[in-house]
Amino acid sequence: MSSGIISKGARQLVDELQRGSLEASEVFETYRKRINEFTKLNAFITSLEYKPNARKEGSIYGLPLAIKDNISTEGIRTTCASLMLKDYMPPYDATAVAKLKAAGVSILGKTNMDEFGMGSSGENSAFGPTRNPWDIERVPGGSSSGSAVAVSARLSPAALGTDTGGSIRAPASFTGTVGFKPSYGYVSRYGLIAYANSLEQIGVIARTVDDVALIFGVIRGKDRFDSTSTDAKPLSNNESKLPSGGHFRGALLPQLSDLVSKDVREAFDSSVAKLDSQGIGFAEEKVEELELALKSYYVVACCEATTNLARYDGVRYGPVADPSRDWKSAISESRTMFGKEVKARIMLGSYMLSSGYYEEYYLKALYIRRNLKLRLLKLSESYDFIYTPTMPVLPWKIGEMIDDPLQVYLSDAFTVIANLTGAPAISIPIALKKGLPVGGQLQGRYGEDDRLLEMAATISGLLKFRGEPSI
Amino acid sequence: MVSLKSKLFCTCPTDYRGKPPNTNICPICTGLPGALPVLNVKAVEEGLKIAVALHAEPSSASYFFRKSYFYPDLPKNFQITQYDKAGGVPLAHDGYYTLKKGKTIRIERIHMEEDPGRIYYEGGRGESRFSLVDYNRSGIALVEIVTSPDFTEPGEAREFLELLQKNLDEIGINVSEYEGSVRCDANISYAGGERVEVKNISGATEVEKALRYESVRQRNMATRGVKIRRETRSWDERRRITISSRSKEVEAEYRYMPEEDLPPVSLNQAIIKNIALNMRGSFEDRYRICTKYGVGEEAAKRLAGDPALYTLFMSIVGASGMDASRVGNVLANEFAFVVKKHNNPSLSGDISSLETIIRAYISDGDRSRFISATYSWISGIPVRAEEYKPKVDIDALIDKTLEKEIKNIGNLEGKRRLDYLMGQILKVSSQLNRKELYIKLQKKLEELG
Ligand SMILES: [Zn+2]
Repeated sequence: MSSGIISKGARQLVDELQRGSLEASEVFETYRKRINEFTKLNAFITSLEYKPNARKEGSIYGLPLAIKDNISTEGIRTTCASLMLKDYMPPYDATAVAKLKAAGVSILGKTNMDEFGMGSSGENSAFGPTRNPWDIERVPGGSSSGSAVAVSARLSPAALGTDTGGSIRAPASFTGTVGFKPSYGYVSRYGLIAYANSLEQIGVIARTVDDVALIFGVIRGKDRFDSTSTDAKPLSNNESKLPSGGHFRGALLPQLSDLVSKDVREAFDSSVAKLDSQGIGFAEEKVEELELALKSYYVVACCEATTNLARYDGVRYGPVADPSRDWKSAISESRTMFGKEVKARIMLGSYMLSSGYYEEYYLKALYIRRNLKLRLLKLSESYDFIYTPTMPVLPWKIGEMIDDPLQVYLSDAFTVIANLTGAPAISIPIALKKGLPVGGQLQGRYGEDDRLLEMAATISGLLKFRGEPSI
Repeated sequence: MVSLKSKLFCTCPTDYRGKPPNTNICPICTGLPGALPVLNVKAVEEGLKIAVALHAEPSSASYFFRKSYFYPDLPKNFQITQYDKAGGVPLAHDGYYTLKKGKTIRIERIHMEEDPGRIYYEGGRGESRFSLVDYNRSGIALVEIVTSPDFTEPGEAREFLELLQKNLDEIGINVSEYEGSVRCDANISYAGGERVEVKNISGATEVEKALRYESVRQRNMATRGVKIRRETRSWDERRRITISSRSKEVEAEYRYMPEEDLPPVSLNQAIIKNIALNMRGSFEDRYRICTKYGVGEEAAKRLAGDPALYTLFMSIVGASGMDASRVGNVLANEFAFVVKKHNNPSLSGDISSLETIIRAYISDGDRSRFISATYSWISGIPVRAEEYKPKVDIDALIDKTLEKEIKNIGNLEGKRRLDYLMGQILKVSSQLNRKELYIKLQKKLEELG
């Protein structure tokens, strides 16, 4: 019975819960048991006991979900995988969480991640690295490492993640799951603990595109607590171009191909060939503006991070340093609690925002960002989506890249584009190479999230990826 | 701004006074992780009211920035402000304000920002074992008005603040109701020395005291040949001295950057016009305000009954130090007469010209010049300010001077007596026509014998 439950996707579970053939408590306990069984994956920072949700009329009543630990949950500790927030108990729910609760969801737990979302591997956590269920010695990708692992290892039917420069799509790619970053503003950020607020979005990791769409449908929408949030526009007049069985066009970006490893290249090229044979047209487009995209991403992200993380001073929450000292030393002392990567990004951001360097780095990055946005907007007039590998390499071994942070930064080259432009993007599994999953990324037009999800569902259907980690 | 019901970026009430510490707070104004600011649109409207009253030019859009510095009373360790050192757009800019004697103080910019919390030292700063922080005040909307360096003496700064405070009360911003609603920082530089900023000044009377203290201190330094360095000092109200805030002044590094959580607010002309109109209120409101300004009953009725006339009245008294009751009477009588005679044209000429015309009329009473100037103004003919310098009544001035100087001229003869009196009169009123004065004075002395 229980193996039956874990093999069902979110949509199927909801159907059966609504029909009454499954009980909410039964579904929850099945997953809870698996979470306790596979603690070696280190996917959860906090796992919870079953708490019935009273909203029986909710659209997805009874569905248990995992939530990334940088999304505020009232009365459930929310750590951002940082010692700084080790015991932080939010007094309020993030809007996305409030919407899930109102729709009948019970929370399985809070998932491990790179501290404050800063990392692409899942290794930068104060609670230890998350492990990849496809190969426990390898990284699962980050920063939403625990959410992706939970979905991949069937510890949860689906999970919320957050994506600042690929933090949903990278781990989805490394764990053979589907990871979706909506258009900027389409899901309220209220309660998402900020890393780089102009780039990040809450999104969904699930087993299929259809399950992603189900959860996205619940959390999307304008929120009066987030001034940048917006309501999805209806499909534009391009709607008629969307066929049910293919015939849409994808742009390929040749100039980033130097970064792509042989294994990923093979998997990606064969997916292009397969899709091409099924009637989806592809053409290569040179986008000069991409050359500086990754650099401008890191400049913007670090500059925003330095202000967003300034509030952690031990005055209102977090570890309190010796209060008998003067407050300057007490604050400095408290801030030593940040991990190495977080400190590095705060320092880089402070440097780049200081007078004399502001124009040289920050303003330049904004300029590059704007140009990239305009260029891709133009490109989207001729294409329905941009197709790239999600990650240029296969998952590496835990600790392997520890001395080469720049190499890790490079692995974000394909994912940061959508964060810079605000467009929706999704990673779907396309193949296995050496027993490890490879993901393909589709980027759509800003605001056309539904259309992107439909295309991704079609392409998934054509590629017919099947596979589950054997743990 | 205590006239608002809620804080600048959250819905916590603004009446924090008297509440137990940290009870007037929420995730937003204490900067909890994940909380986002949401702009209180009412605050923008109130800010624009102030801009209108100070004749300032509202920007077409308003942006917010993060100003970063670490201080325990600042929950996010950055302050959300409209001011950006890198050259951002404030709420409004380039206004002016006129003091009683007609001196104009230029307004550089008006911008909004959030107030920090308050640090509390139990038993006083020196004695307290702890620094306690109360966030009840955190996030209250502040409007910062920055003037150009146009004050030449401490009394002017006091007068400016007093008049401003009165005008803000009149347009419903209610700054006098609560203590500490008006605070100011004053910059002073003495005889070519570098500028010294004095912070922590609580209001009009204190600003004068602080500036007097500081000008004496700087003068003494200059006399002793000590170089005045750029620094920040704070005003100690109790001890009546200024104290250096930091031993070494370094250019503060605030790392300004855009606040991406608050999209730009567009301030189109229609919104601004609407705000100016809404400042009129009902007939009763208008009447009450006119009489509060000392305008006579009849004139107040006329002003209150004509919204266009009332708006002119408010605009003129709102930004000039002129006697409001006299301005009200002129507008309700002579001015309204001209307007009516010319079939009630729309009164859309520029306020500062009309202000000049009325100022001249009040000081010299030249009715025919006032009527023709008003006609020009309502017809849209440009008014040249220099033509409306108040005329001086030379005869009255001569009589006044003779009365005062009668003892001193007893032993002066002929031309020396004449020259002496010329000198005294020109001291008071240097722009007089010397030839005319000479002839009149000569005639007068001959009469006296
Ligand atoms: Zn509040």
